[in-house]
Amino acid sequence: MITAPAVPEGEQQTLPIASNDDVVRARQLVRTLAQQCKLSLVDQTKLVTAASELARNTLVHGNGGTMRVGLVDKGGRRGVSAVFQDTGPGIPDLELALTDGWTSGGGMGLGLSGARRLTDEFAIDTEVGRGTVVTVVKWTR
Amino acid sequence: MSERIPVLRIGDVLLVSIQTDLEDQSVLDLQEDLAERIVETGAQGVVIDITALEIVDSFVGRMLATTAAISRILDAETVLVGMRPAVAITLVELGLSLGGVRTALSLERGLAMLGRAGGVGAGRA
Repeated sequence: MITAPAVPEGEQQTLPIASNDDVVRARQLVRTLAQQCKLSLVDQTKLVTAASELARNTLVHGNGGTMRVGLVDKGGRRGVSAVFQDTGPGIPDLELALTDGWTSGGGMGLGLSGARRLTDEFAIDTEVGRGTVVTVVKWTR
Repeated sequence: MSERIPVLRIGDVLLVSIQTDLEDQSVLDLQEDLAERIVETGAQGVVIDITALEIVDSFVGRMLATTAAISRILDAETVLVGMRPAVAITLVELGLSLGGVRTALSLERGLAMLGRAGGVGAGRA
């Protein structure tokens, strides 16, 4: 990536994602930060929805993992970043996994592609047998 | 232990008001409870009120769509009411347009919609 990395501002919080309840907690934590960051209501809703999709992916496809969230700052612009990490099977065909409607499980296949559309920055790092890390950022306007 | 969402009966209509952020198992339980209550009560309409929901992700969205389809097979019409504007914007961008689900802006309009559809309530001319 050529763009300057977002600088973490303040504390980053890490939440385990090991159960359905943790997915709910992940949504709540992201919402709290989105409010602190003063994202607009629509942007808060988009980010929390994306976080819900990614947290569920971490649980269902990654066999559980963690979410690390915090406020970030880039050139005076504030945002919320969330990093979802698992040590699951990884994604063999990333391009396919990012296609609308493609699903490896019982879902609708909107999780990854939808989360990408709902956020301002979306990065994914995956390796078969090692796991997957998805990073998203939503910036204030 | 997941929380059970109450299904209320008002005449020929079943009313479900989702008041909290649901974990996935509660969502699935609700779908089963509703299908059972439709058959048990012979309800002709179902109103699902999501006024309190701050987000609808693909899991909940899919549940709403399949619940409407299940109800239809069981001879009941479903109307989804009270969706927040930010939720609607997000759902469409997510890629879920809920094409097969009837919606109304408020509970009152949702009930009126079921009444007009015929067969529900005593208001049939």
